[in-house]
Amino acid sequence: MKVRDIVATLDGILMTGEELLDVDIQAACGADLMSDVMAFVKENVVLLTGLVNPQSIRTADLMDIRVVVYVRGKVPPKDMVAEATRNGMAVISTKYSMFLACGRLYEAGIRGGGTREIR
Amino acid sequence: MKLRYQVSGDDLSLAGKASSEVKRALGRLGVDPGAIKRTAVSMYEAEMNMVIHGGGGVAVAEFSPERIVITMEDSGPGIADLDLAMQEGYSTAPEWIREMGFGAGMGLPNMKRNSDELRIESEVGKGTTVTIVIIFSVPGGGQA
Repeated sequence: MKVRDIVATLDGILMTGEELLDVDIQAACGADLMSDVMAFVKENVVLLTGLVNPQSIRTADLMDIRVVVYVRGKVPPKDMVAEATRNGMAVISTKYSMFLACGRLYEAGIRGGGTREIR
Repeated sequence: MKLRYQVSGDDLSLAGKASSEVKRALGRLGVDPGAIKRTAVSMYEAEMNMVIHGGGGVAVAEFSPERIVITMEDSGPGIADLDLAMQEGYSTAPEWIREMGFGAGMGLPNMKRNSDELRIESEVGKGTTVTIVIIFSVPGGGQA
């Protein structure tokens, strides 16, 4: 699924990263706990989170996650968006809750698989 | 090559900057992406620990074509029970840190999982020194 389709599916607002609109994303990870993102994410995914602080952008950058979606209508402040722009990332804000945002992406064809096996 | 960073214990918004810079330096050197990610995760977790628990400190990253050795030294309260601290889910972090997306007891296990060698020397009341070694894989197979 392309980043532009993620924006459309989530009725989202793209805050930065227009050049990534045609990038293909296969999997997603929804988490507010950044250590879990670091523990479980393996492949390139879209990160959905309600955690609006610089650590969410930094964690995504360190994990090579290029697309971050802020759920529950959260809008990251300008300095965070600027950091994402510098890192070459796309940032999307959606009014949907974490549950609904994940549900809509799943329904649209995004699956798991970007994380290591959880036993 | 050696990079040295002073990690602030007062400004959480800066936490992770040193790790980001090391990640970029390794990228410029053409180190394999898997090793870069393992380095990034291990160092970032150690850097967060240093900010959350250690009151800041000094991070040194020393790298050669074969490996990176990261040393993180703080003068914080130290770790009383290292075996307990290594357990997934065990944390002494305060509630406000959890609200920042950390402090769930995943840091040390994440570091162990991602590094080739993890050494923790800690003395209660004196501080903690964490040493992380990541070995780069060489093109053509195997590790250096």
